[in-house]
Amino acid sequence: MNSFGFEIQKDNTIEYDKNDLSLAAFVLKHEPSLYNCIQCGSCSGSCPASAISSYQFRKMQLLMRRGEIKNLREDVAHCLLCGKCILVCPRGVNTRNVIRQIRIALNMN
Amino acid sequence: MRALKKEVVIIGGGPAGLEAADSLNKLGHAVTILEKEERPGGKLSNWHKLFPDNVSADGILKQMIQKISGDIHLITNAKIRKISHEGKKYSVWFNEGQCIQAEAVLVAVGFDLFNASLKEEYGYGIYDNVITSAELESMFVNQKSLVTATGKTPGRVAFIHCVGSRDEKAGFRHCSSMCCVTGVKQAIEIKKRLPGTDVMMFYMDLRMHGRFYEDLYLEAQEKHHIQFIRGRLSESSENPDSSLLLKADDTLAGSPIKVRADMMVLLLGFVPTDFHKKMGEEFGVEIGSDGFFSPCDSHLDTNSAKTTGIFVAGACTGAKSLEYTLADARSASLKIHEFLLRSPSSNILN
Repeated sequence: MNSFGFEIQKDNTIEYDKNDLSLAAFVLKHEPSLYNCIQCGSCSGSCPASAISSYQFRKMQLLMRRGEIKNLREDVAHCLLCGKCILVCPRGVNTRNVIRQIRIALNMN
Repeated sequence: MRALKKEVVIIGGGPAGLEAADSLNKLGHAVTILEKEERPGGKLSNWHKLFPDNVSADGILKQMIQKISGDIHLITNAKIRKISHEGKKYSVWFNEGQCIQAEAVLVAVGFDLFNASLKEEYGYGIYDNVITSAELESMFVNQKSLVTATGKTPGRVAFIHCVGSRDEKAGFRHCSSMCCVTGVKQAIEIKKRLPGTDVMMFYMDLRMHGRFYEDLYLEAQEKHHIQFIRGRLSESSENPDSSLLLKADDTLAGSPIKVRADMMVLLLGFVPTDFHKKMGEEFGVEIGSDGFFSPCDSHLDTNSAKTTGIFVAGACTGAKSLEYTLADARSASLKIHEFLLRSPSSNILN
């Protein structure tokens, strides 16, 4: 293919209806407390991994639920399973099990 | 009590007017309600179940209408022409030269719903599957099955918050405060009827401020798996199959989002009525920057207008739930009662 010196830029839009929602469905089935998330960000705010990387639990699980999963493996690899996020979550989401279920779905264990 | 009997005219036979009429009657006054529609009840007539506890609106309205008896006189189909006063007597003119005289006037004209077609980018009145929250509630009231314009069960319903609220371009900066909980209540109702239908809410903030409203939010998430996407709808377009394509910024994801929906419900804000302007211009009742009536004192006297003898109650002074509208109506009744006792023509002073 000829190189014209430019490329088509990738669209940043979440195409919800084209995305794969099966991973989110698996996680929500095995940890339904995630349905109760109100996106407050207490989890990310308390996270030692978030302090030193671009990983944020809140954003990660939200993107997963929108079917945006391309960075998921890299994201959940940051988690130390320390569980501070569980302590601070006002809605009682078992965040650590969410990570665990994602790792199971991605065969990371 | 009978000796104190005074005449009060209430403009508006909605919940505020009906409740105030009952209170004033119990305080010993004769009341005339002037209602513009054929029946009393106002917007409550178009409610199926009330938030946050799913109580039947019809049952509540029936109880309120049953109280119209004794010294409460209801006149329906009454179009107010003007209000005048001579000394302590107020004359409320309606229809073709009919007039009622009273010693106090309670304005309880409620609110209008925002005209959704003004938000042209949402496609109300243009696309077949865009309806308003009032139309959805009316479908529940009339036991109509929830189907798209082509008669199909919707696979996905999207609710759009803040339509005509918090939108200066649409002319209304204020938060209508009741649409969030209304939307969540209606979303749950859809899930109860159509468990297989996906329901999404496009919101800016969820203002679930009332008692037990937050419980309803939790129920929506926990039990019905309703999805909340934080971002105001930017625009919608119609697909060839008459479903809709919604475009918004998923602000919490940090990316724009495109979602297909079979039906879109616009949660309409509370806006002032034409009567607000008329009362302001012709009778000097003060109007706030939001177009609703401003009472004498925003904290200490929320039911007296600055014009002596004129009182205000209910959602005509800003959006209120039924619960607060009724409490406000009872509060206004007491204020009117105090005013009538102080009035020099009162029998107690004669």
